[in-house]
Amino acid sequence: MERRVVITGLGIVAPNGVGLGDFRSALKEGRSGIKFDQQLADLHFSCQVSGTPPINKDTLNQYFTDLELRNFSSTGIMYGVIAGLDAWKDAGLEISQDENPDWDSGTIFGAGTSGIEKFRESIYKIDALQTRRLGSTAVSQTMNSGISAYLGGKLGLGNQVTTNSSACTTGTESILMAFERIKAGKAKRILAGSTSDSGPYIWAGFDAIKVCNYKSNDRPEKASRPMSASAAGFVPGSGAGALVIEDLESALARNAKIYCEILGGNLNSGGQRGGGSMTAPNSTAVQKCVEDAILESGIEANDIDYISGHLTATSKDSTEIQNLAEALQRSGRDFPYINSLKAVTGHCLSAAGSIEAVATVLQLSENFIAPTSNCEDLNPEISAIIDADCIPMKLLEKDINIAAKVSFGFGDVNGCVIFKKYSNSN
Amino acid sequence: MNRDEAIQKLKAIVKPYVKNGAALETINETTDFINDLNINSANLVDVILDVEEVFDIEIDADSMEKMRDVKSALAVIEEKLAAK
Repeated sequence: MERRVVITGLGIVAPNGVGLGDFRSALKEGRSGIKFDQQLADLHFSCQVSGTPPINKDTLNQYFTDLELRNFSSTGIMYGVIAGLDAWKDAGLEISQDENPDWDSGTIFGAGTSGIEKFRESIYKIDALQTRRLGSTAVSQTMNSGISAYLGGKLGLGNQVTTNSSACTTGTESILMAFERIKAGKAKRILAGSTSDSGPYIWAGFDAIKVCNYKSNDRPEKASRPMSASAAGFVPGSGAGALVIEDLESALARNAKIYCEILGGNLNSGGQRGGGSMTAPNSTAVQKCVEDAILESGIEANDIDYISGHLTATSKDSTEIQNLAEALQRSGRDFPYINSLKAVTGHCLSAAGSIEAVATVLQLSENFIAPTSNCEDLNPEISAIIDADCIPMKLLEKDINIAAKVSFGFGDVNGCVIFKKYSNSN
Repeated sequence: MNRDEAIQKLKAIVKPYVKNGAALETINETTDFINDLNINSANLVDVILDVEEVFDIEIDADSMEKMRDVKSALAVIEEKLAAK
């Protein structure tokens, strides 16, 4: 029998807020986490602003032992462990000290690349003929599954422990993979989420292809401009988002707080055909992804109240709006509310989907729509499709019943997940 | 350097990796790194790198294999120091 699937815990490490309370107020205030980045300037990057989460030593000591922090330089694992353990705690779950693993719980925690700083250190040592001096954690910090391995060990997880990777769709994909496993009855709960490293070595490739905004280095908070006529590329960001996804029966049995239900979703690829490429989505596939997500969720396109857009602040934003309008067959004022978190976090790459999903769940469960900053000069190609009122520029208190989170990534991959406010009557 | 001094130096090196603090307090030549101090076997590599740094010696792969307890570690350290 198929199970109903709900979200019972959230954890977040975002450029504009670490921890749920801080992130919630940042969301409501439209507070930006984008700052001038001296390291990028020193390395002569074109774009010299970034969204890097503020993590201090005291915070780290709450999540890692001194031994773990020796020679530790994987920021992605750092963010992912903090967000993951926070979500676990938020769900009211204990960290098991039992000798036996928890066979019912697993993690699907995605990443783009792990420990690129550690890789850099290691490569220098190897080339200096000092391979033997790499230390014991060069592998665990740089294997892509490092983050799920760290979380699995800290929580004693005995169900599936894995890392998915699908560029900017990663976080949305991890949620849907967890959803499917729980729906099929193969796990009671999965810690789903995704993370991304910080720093020049993760961001350089994007700077090189000039997809980042290099025109606003002196105005960091104005640099990320999704849906704006003056959008000039994304701002690189990083962080992690985590969600405890659980079988409804198990959540009810332990009297857990329920943020919302996951109705369904869809993952697909445009195959880099029909206008799709390594870097651009095939519009037909994007529309099919959203249509299939609606179909699977058993709702109508008209039921969607709010969309958390992918909307990165490149020239593709208007194409995304066009695709969504066509998939939903809704335009003008009939279009749902939509916003882009990237205005205040930058584009957190492999972490983007989960960070934005955490924001989506907060907005849905607490009845507000966060403002999108920096789009006062709305792109006329967008206002030709949907009414400007669909894009709140100030905090909007609004009852949302059904929300969609969409993500699109390099490699022409798409994800769409549908969340619904929980009610016991189905 | 006498044996007691060397043991004290070794004690400071292994301290961050030790999971059994009581056994560390009574560390002596018969103490086994993994069985008595509960040091994670992967961390033994880190212990040896730290030994190299503190004693300013280089420990080859064959010698590394032998360093399972305090006594054998001291023997390797003394041998390398003498060869300097």
